[in-house]
Amino acid sequence: MASATVEQGHGVVSERELWKGGRSPFGISYGKVMMWYFLISDTFTFASFLITYASLRFTQSLSWPNPAEVFSSIPLSIFEGVKAPLVFVSFMTFLLIVSSYTMVRAVQEGYRMDRWGVIKFLIPTIICGLMFLGCQYLEWSHLIAEGMTPTHAADVTKVVNFGQLFFIITGFHGLHVFGGVLLNTWLLVATWNRTFEKRGHYEMVEKLGLYWHFVDLVWVYVFLCFYLL
Amino acid sequence: MSAHTTTTADVHGHVDTDHIHGHEHHHEPTWLETYVFSTDHKTIAKQFLITGMFWGIVGGLLSVLFRLQLGWPNDTFPFLESFLGKWAEGGKISNEFYLAMVTMHGTILVFFVLTGGLSGTFANLLIPYQIGARDMASGFINMLSYWFFFAASVVLFISFFLQTGPASGGWTAYPPLNGLRDISINKGSGLGFDMWALAMTFFIVSSLLGGLNYVATILNLRTKGMSMMKLPLTIWAFMFTAILGILSFPALLAGVALLEFDRLLGTSFYLNMIVVNGHLLDYRGGSPILYQHLFWFLGHPEVYIIILPAMGIVSEVLSVHSRKPIFGYRAMVVSIMAIVVISFLVWAHHMFVTGLNPNLAAVFVLFTLLIAVPSAIKVFNWIGTIWKGSVRLSVPMMFAIGFVSMFISGGLTGLMLGNSPIDIQLHDTYFVVAHFHIVMGVAAFFGMFAGVYHWFPRFYGRFMNDTLGYIHFYVTLIGGYAIFFPMHFMTGLPRRYYTFANFETFNNFNFLTQFISIAAIVVFIAQLIFVVNFFYSIFNGRKVDVERTEDGHTYGNPWEGTTLEWTAPIERIHGNWAGEIPAVHRWPYDYSVNDKPYISQNTPLAPGEVEHT
Repeated sequence: MASATVEQGHGVVSERELWKGGRSPFGISYGKVMMWYFLISDTFTFASFLITYASLRFTQSLSWPNPAEVFSSIPLSIFEGVKAPLVFVSFMTFLLIVSSYTMVRAVQEGYRMDRWGVIKFLIPTIICGLMFLGCQYLEWSHLIAEGMTPTHAADVTKVVNFGQLFFIITGFHGLHVFGGVLLNTWLLVATWNRTFEKRGHYEMVEKLGLYWHFVDLVWVYVFLCFYLL
Repeated sequence: MSAHTTTTADVHGHVDTDHIHGHEHHHEPTWLETYVFSTDHKTIAKQFLITGMFWGIVGGLLSVLFRLQLGWPNDTFPFLESFLGKWAEGGKISNEFYLAMVTMHGTILVFFVLTGGLSGTFANLLIPYQIGARDMASGFINMLSYWFFFAASVVLFISFFLQTGPASGGWTAYPPLNGLRDISINKGSGLGFDMWALAMTFFIVSSLLGGLNYVATILNLRTKGMSMMKLPLTIWAFMFTAILGILSFPALLAGVALLEFDRLLGTSFYLNMIVVNGHLLDYRGGSPILYQHLFWFLGHPEVYIIILPAMGIVSEVLSVHSRKPIFGYRAMVVSIMAIVVISFLVWAHHMFVTGLNPNLAAVFVLFTLLIAVPSAIKVFNWIGTIWKGSVRLSVPMMFAIGFVSMFISGGLTGLMLGNSPIDIQLHDTYFVVAHFHIVMGVAAFFGMFAGVYHWFPRFYGRFMNDTLGYIHFYVTLIGGYAIFFPMHFMTGLPRRYYTFANFETFNNFNFLTQFISIAAIVVFIAQLIFVVNFFYSIFNGRKVDVERTEDGHTYGNPWEGTTLEWTAPIERIHGNWAGEIPAVHRWPYDYSVNDKPYISQNTPLAPGEVEHT
């Protein structure tokens, strides 16, 4: 252990030295430590919901609906009657992936202390987040119109648990996206007002970037459970 | 990381040294900022402690009231009617309110006193002081943590005054009883339960914000030289308590959220084919057992969230007052870690009678019995610490020894209950009540009292009154055993029953039941002595002896401790230390070494002295 070295701050120190106090052992600020632990905690919240999903699904696996049938149409009037399983949700997923990319770029511009760069990449991140929420609104209202509500099953969904799990879990994820959009908007305003420029670093962009990527990552699991399995 | 090197100020939190040396940069804090919306860890610790004391009195009083009913089920107490109104018509507590009191007693003591009051108080007070930091990593988030706790307290307290009363379906809030929002089944299932759920949500947020801060502070803000293996055991305990909370409370959050959806929206996560008054309700496909899994995934780690801080405090107090190094420091640290890991693998031992697959139960029996190993290591080390020490039987020491006694007594019955064949017989009887009250209720209170008496000089620069302290100790120790020891013999008696008068077979327990009720009342009164002592000593306690005065600050070490909190001025100043933060050179348990009674952690090693590892 003592011989292992890592680069941190101004020079090379032994790993043992890192833990001897007077510095952050990981070379990161307390804010980032807190964000990481928060994300671990939030992972456990989502895990609890998804375990609930698994538990209820496996008690009635024979009557569980086929996602390709439940999500077979695109909830826009011009596509009415078109059978296109999972196309709309793929578009939603694409939006989140794009927003993740633009968020990475915003963080990178923050490292470079480029205020305009941060602004330039935060705007599409926010727009993608808003579009995702809009898509979620369209999909939800479409499904509700088809008869799938938190308390009733549509013909195609057969069991009532499918709908309620879908609304609660995608709703909880949507709430996270909504929170992320609000935070990113605040970030944009603060960047515009040169708050971080005066502070000398754009670490806040990085911290909220961590959150935003987490929300995207969780979507992968939500997507997997409801649309693919 | 090249363009973005973190500055020292960043890593060290928001308080820089300018802040400490002079007030010229800084506006004088207003009264509101100093005492109410304070970001100072010392003030927040006091806020947690005093809120916890308030809840301790409420929760204790509830137990006195329901012990009155249990001890004298056929008598009436007219004064209760003037106090409780319609809940005690004619001086007899109604069975509905009895269940509400049992429910609220559990919720209040487990969460609001022994989690918020215990962990919130001592983690806040000791983490910055003992690791050598000016304050918590984020004072603002720390303040939010307290105010969410306060909001939770307000919501829970208001629920007592509802028309339908507070939640009454048990502190575990199992569905289907709590899953239906129908006051014809259970009055507490109305608004009372919704407010319970809201209070728990605020509480979870508070616990999360506090926990994130504790972990980040301990990792990032240790003073120079304070390596992890030089941390006092209190800090190890607080860090792992925080991690336990961060990982387990989410399950309760999810569990309670789904329960509320069942209640408010009519979903069926936990409900399936429920018949009420001959009518089949519309719920299909849910599983009430699922709630129990989610609840106990928090519920079991929760008992370690309660007991670990008490263990850390007791380790520290035993060592200081025995004038001896802690026995087996590394074993203590490793056993805390082992407890944390195993505590996530034992939750279903609360569910042996739910129809759990016996093969699965066997796994949980195994881990439940395994967790006794690190616990036993700790007990052994505590006894090893006081063995042949120059023991000073001060009040905190008495409580610390009392903790060890209680922990052993309650822990032994834990070994019995951990076996599923025995648990199935004893489930929901007074034997279980005896077990968990001794091991996590009374024991955790002893740890908390040891901490309050020990660190009272750090809080207020004064000691608490010794005479009252000893009276408090002896009454609580003897009374605690008098309440819970007889319950071990009441193995057939179901818990939570309103009265046993209709069961002739239980008549032989009448004497014991009354005896327990009397003991409970006496112990409750002894706690009021503690409260009086606490507030009296804030203003009139014996002052800490001043050893030296420097730059207008006085210094003293009331217990001759080695840890950093005693190197700070007796006056509680913003930023904790007047000048530089002391650097650390040695481990925290250098007692009776090198012909000295104790050597502070900030004393450099003498020439030729080998560092303790």
